[in-house]
Amino acid sequence: MFVLLIAIAIFVVIVFSLVGMYNSLIRLRNQVKNAWSQIDVQLKRRHDLIPNLVETAKGYMKHEQDTLKGITEARSKAMGAGSVGDKAKAEGELNGAMSKFFLVVENYPDLKANTNFLAVQEELTSTENKIAFARQSYNDQVLFFNNKIQMFPSNVIAGMYNFKENEFFEIENEVERAVPKVDFS
Amino acid sequence: MWELIQANKRKSLFLFFIMGICLLVLGFFIGGAYAGEDGGFIGLFIAFGIWILMSMLSYFKGESIILMMSKAKKISYNVHPKLFNVVEEMKLAANLPTMPDIYIIPEEAPNAFAVGKKPENCAIAVTAGLLERLNRDELQGVIAHEMSHILNRDVLFMTFSGVLLGSIVFLSHAFLRSMWYGGGRNRFKSKSSKGSGQIQMILIVAAIVMAILAPLMARLLYFAISRKREYLADASAVRLTRYPEGLASALEKISLSSFEMKTASKATAALYIANPLKPKGVRLSNISSTHPPMDERIKILRKISHGANFIDYQNAFTSVKGKQNIIPTSGIRDKKKINIRTSNIANSTSSQVKSTIKSTRDLGDLMRAVNDYMFLACTCGLKIKLPPNFKKDKFNCPRCGRENHVPIAELAAISGMIAGNEKADEIKMKSKTANNTFMYNRIGKRWETFSCPCGSPKQLSPAFNKPSFVCNKCGRRIEIK
Repeated sequence: MFVLLIAIAIFVVIVFSLVGMYNSLIRLRNQVKNAWSQIDVQLKRRHDLIPNLVETAKGYMKHEQDTLKGITEARSKAMGAGSVGDKAKAEGELNGAMSKFFLVVENYPDLKANTNFLAVQEELTSTENKIAFARQSYNDQVLFFNNKIQMFPSNVIAGMYNFKENEFFEIENEVERAVPKVDFS
Repeated sequence: MWELIQANKRKSLFLFFIMGICLLVLGFFIGGAYAGEDGGFIGLFIAFGIWILMSMLSYFKGESIILMMSKAKKISYNVHPKLFNVVEEMKLAANLPTMPDIYIIPEEAPNAFAVGKKPENCAIAVTAGLLERLNRDELQGVIAHEMSHILNRDVLFMTFSGVLLGSIVFLSHAFLRSMWYGGGRNRFKSKSSKGSGQIQMILIVAAIVMAILAPLMARLLYFAISRKREYLADASAVRLTRYPEGLASALEKISLSSFEMKTASKATAALYIANPLKPKGVRLSNISSTHPPMDERIKILRKISHGANFIDYQNAFTSVKGKQNIIPTSGIRDKKKINIRTSNIANSTSSQVKSTIKSTRDLGDLMRAVNDYMFLACTCGLKIKLPPNFKKDKFNCPRCGRENHVPIAELAAISGMIAGNEKADEIKMKSKTANNTFMYNRIGKRWETFSCPCGSPKQLSPAFNKPSFVCNKCGRRIEIK
């Protein structure tokens, strides 16, 4: 009788810890997913901001129509890009165009003083940072998740329910690594 | 970082436990001193009761009390977009589930603190002086530090150990005072038998000794917890921002300021990023301080050169302060190299240097915006600031003499809060009878900004093509042509 009770107790403890491990794996996986979607949200936000920037700048930069057109084109290319590789390349080009634009802005003190422009600029700076931090957070979450999957005893559960390791978001493209310097405030 | 929280919790719980025992022992002896051996347990229960009561109060009402005491005001995005953006950036980096509430304290001393029992429900408050002095990277460092306090559950522990400390100090003060004025003496003597009198004498002496020692000990423990947590929050901030220099130069700027916080007190001092109370006279040592010395914190941050992980902070700490573990071992185990990023701020410093006059003016404007002032632009270009209790509906510009109308609706909204104000009612009536639609002629298909007659700015995007919309401030319908 006593032995049976102990056996039941052990069984219950094991079941509870298995459930706990499974739940924590699910929670971590959701956090990874959430972190990934944050990157997308911020990339999209940047695409949304660029028209405002171009509109504001248009009036002041009569002689820089090429630069502005370059940004607009790079933006539509980035928005249309399908595969991950294309996307990374297009975002890289967009970054290049933006850096060029912000270099040119230095020559237009009137534009730099425009409140609208300053507001858009603040938003863009922040969005760039948010993209970087969202990536960073994604990689952190992936690290925890992968650790959990590889380490005993949670690796047993992970194997049973087919949890797969996620890939880190590494930037190979040098152009994209160089985030355009937006802040001139 | 997440196992770190666990290790952190265990350590703090231990210290917390010792402080709790301190309080109970103190209660026991004081009770014994008043009413003999049996009184000891009554005293113990009373001490326990005080503790529970104060803990409950601080758990449920602590945040609002602290925010009220510091005169912090909750602000919306429009008051300071940069602050909002920086907080959101850090929220992303820390993977916080929701955006914290943001408060500004209208004070010139640069400082900041965070409150919140858990990451889902927290608030960050910064002073206007801080916003004015720091650049983006530095502000990011400060916000990351505050966010780390929330992530590490520091606020929770500091509040509870603060309450414990408060209870201990309160009890021993009350006891010593009553001994001093001899209020209890008669009662001690009235006890009859000699044997118990002797025990009582011992209990009285023990109680006096405890009443002197316990607050001291509890204070030292409290300060030790507080200092350790500051270092840890610095380390976490570095990991979140990947940029130690930002926090380092922010701390430097904060330590150089000579302003003292008017709204901070001993009870809330441990919450701030830097000690808000300037030390009076010379301090013997830093044992009796809630914060580690600023120059040491800065030195450690500047020593970090290889990476931004916890182990790098620990190494820098060891090289400055000698062998001592500041980061729990579970944090150091993670050896992954994390690169330090470069500054986000462009090198063109020429436009960055603000004149002192302009920065003072900006600081004033920010404080006014926090305090519900209204800003109006006269046609001559002068920016006019109306206090919230301004009652007239028109005034003459002090520079060009033009007559300016005060947007009635907004003023009514502000002065309507002042109860029993006849003028406010009158203004309210006016705003109701006023023409409730407003026409705006669009120039073309591009970004356009105009203000609604109530004063709130409106922006139209190139894509906006509806014939009309409703102002979210005054409810007026605005028609677009």
